[in-house]
Amino acid sequence: MTATTSSVNPNVSAATARAAAKAANENQPVTFGKALNTALADALVADDSVVIFGEDVGTLGGVFRITDGLTARFGSERCFDTPLAESGIVGMAVGMAINGMRPVIEMQFDAFAYPAFEQVASHVAKMRNRTQGKLSLPMVIRIPYAGGVGGVEHHCDSSEAYYAHTPGLKVFTPSCVEDAYLMLREAIDSDDPVVFFEPKKLYWSKEQVDLEDLARSYEAQKSARTEGRARIARSGSDATLITYGPSVSTALDAAKMAAEEGISLEVIDIRSIVPFDDETVSASVRKTGRAIVVAEAQGFASVASEIVARVQERCFHSLAAPVLRVTGFDIPYPAPTLEKFHLPSAERILDAVDQLQWEA
Amino acid sequence: MSADATSDRISEVSKKFGISPEDYMLPARHMINLLNPDGTLRPENEQGTEPGHEYPLPSPARLMEAYAALVTGRRVNDQNSALVRQGRMAVYPSSHGQEACQIAAALCLEENDWLFPTYRDTVAVLTKGVAPMEVMTSFRGEWHCGYDPKAYKCAPMSTPLTTQLLHAVGVAHAAKLRGENTVVVAMCGDGATSEGDFHEALNFAAVFNLPVIFFVQNNKYAISVPLSQQSAAPSLAHKAVGYGMAGERVDGNDLMALMAIMTRAVRMAREGNGPLLIEAHTYRMQAHTNADDDKRYREDSEVQAWIAKDPVTRMKAYLEDAGLLTDEAADRIAQDAEEVAKTLRDGMNQDANTDPRELFEHVYSTKSTQLVEQQALLADELDREEA
Repeated sequence: MTATTSSVNPNVSAATARAAAKAANENQPVTFGKALNTALADALVADDSVVIFGEDVGTLGGVFRITDGLTARFGSERCFDTPLAESGIVGMAVGMAINGMRPVIEMQFDAFAYPAFEQVASHVAKMRNRTQGKLSLPMVIRIPYAGGVGGVEHHCDSSEAYYAHTPGLKVFTPSCVEDAYLMLREAIDSDDPVVFFEPKKLYWSKEQVDLEDLARSYEAQKSARTEGRARIARSGSDATLITYGPSVSTALDAAKMAAEEGISLEVIDIRSIVPFDDETVSASVRKTGRAIVVAEAQGFASVASEIVARVQERCFHSLAAPVLRVTGFDIPYPAPTLEKFHLPSAERILDAVDQLQWEA
Repeated sequence: MSADATSDRISEVSKKFGISPEDYMLPARHMINLLNPDGTLRPENEQGTEPGHEYPLPSPARLMEAYAALVTGRRVNDQNSALVRQGRMAVYPSSHGQEACQIAAALCLEENDWLFPTYRDTVAVLTKGVAPMEVMTSFRGEWHCGYDPKAYKCAPMSTPLTTQLLHAVGVAHAAKLRGENTVVVAMCGDGATSEGDFHEALNFAAVFNLPVIFFVQNNKYAISVPLSQQSAAPSLAHKAVGYGMAGERVDGNDLMALMAIMTRAVRMAREGNGPLLIEAHTYRMQAHTNADDDKRYREDSEVQAWIAKDPVTRMKAYLEDAGLLTDEAADRIAQDAEEVAKTLRDGMNQDANTDPRELFEHVYSTKSTQLVEQQALLADELDREEA
């Protein structure tokens, strides 16, 4: 890191950059990755205490380019590379958060975050409690996760359950472009540490979203719109698919196919795994009477298991069939050529739908 | 950042001392030691100092201040161990024998500087200014650390080894980005230097050129495992070279040497010369904790030999010979120490009376629906119990 601050006024350059972007991108669809990148940039503009660091996030802009251009625009004191050490990155972020900053750090890949687990489980999650709220850790740990991109070993894990199991952490995972922006802004502004899971396979997905409008509406919002709030991604009446992150698009595909067969599936996108929105999930299941939880992660002792338990505790008398799960198998994430057999597919979801004890 | 920024920094600092970068980073050939165990001042040529490794003697007033804290520290250790034996405290990792390190680590800092202690650093935390009963909160079985780390610029005592070193690096980094002049002392033990976070913290501090002093109390044992099974390095201070920082060894039972070294280290760090690694040679006179039996791994004769090197008697002898410690001053210092001990006795003899409902209050900044439900469940149980 150099000792000099960027001489660029981020506010002026932000306006210029936005104007240029608007001219170029009028009516152009926006990628999930660009929404995250814009959320980071807008957060850097909005709050001087936001700093971004990690492996290759500076000059390179991250291996997935999510921090692209941030060092050039905001200077190397706001977005910088660190030595290659995940525990070091998380541990340093803890100290910076203790001392008034809002670090947003990147773990390069899901499985590469494991060396930092002690810092996350023993300190990130517990510092507020240990100090009776005197030290809060407003930090975001961004983790590109899950498969579907032909990644090699250690690059495709769905590791959300480890973090969701740990009290003191919030766990978010967006599944659409709008949420990518909104949820990252909310995560950065949260006074609690957030583990932010970004489904890699969605980085290049595109939607028609006006990021400037979204930014304005975010700046105007008074309370969290996505934290602790599940989203009804598709309305339906016969059964509920409860899912999150990379599996939302698969569930939506399944719902579309089911509709052709005359079955109406509701799709709930959990998006905020912690805190969990029991209300929205329960309301949907009470309405439909049938539910399937869909997730890429291995099913045993998983977030999907937790959701099943919560649904049957709350909706037992409304259920017409046992709550089923369609998850990854309980095997290590397979090699690229075999991942399609492991991942929940729309077909596998529809097979599960068939088993929901429909009356003849 | 240029590819050789770190070596540039080391070259510049070493030039100030007129020595090579290697001679600057490597610890002096001998451990820095100003006072003999009998309290006599060592001749200048036997203090271990050499060009670039010179440490001015602290002023008499400074030494008296440190000695007073030392006496209190010893009294606190012994009082707490007694409270454990009386069943008033579940566990207390005593720093008996290491009090000089404890005092120097805290006393060298200014008010806005931060201290990152371990579970054995009660005396350092106390010296940093935290109120006695607040320091003891976690040891008496409470669920929280008891003090406001920001108010005292003192982190909670860390139980997971060396994890706090990285937090120290982060605090220094944030201060540096804001242009503040904060110095941070991060403490750990000899066994902890084997942990990965020790390596990552030293590396980060050096790469980002941060004012962090890594202060290792080498008390010769990690619970039962001796240093010889912990590290094959020439000394723990030598590890500094690999990170591009300077290391130094000091007699950890010599309060005068510790004050001299730490004072210069803080000044160097504050002036922007980057992090430093200090290894203090001391000895854990008691078992790891009351739950440990040190007779299983060390000879009593070894422990006995260290009594002669005691930091308190050594400093006392020097100050008496120098005419600084009068009977009157000694009485006053003893009285002050007894005050603190009394505060601990009185406080520890009262039950903590924690409300279990509080356990849900600080998990998040606002309680989730689920935690509200769980808190209500426990509250209901408690209400029925009380009814």
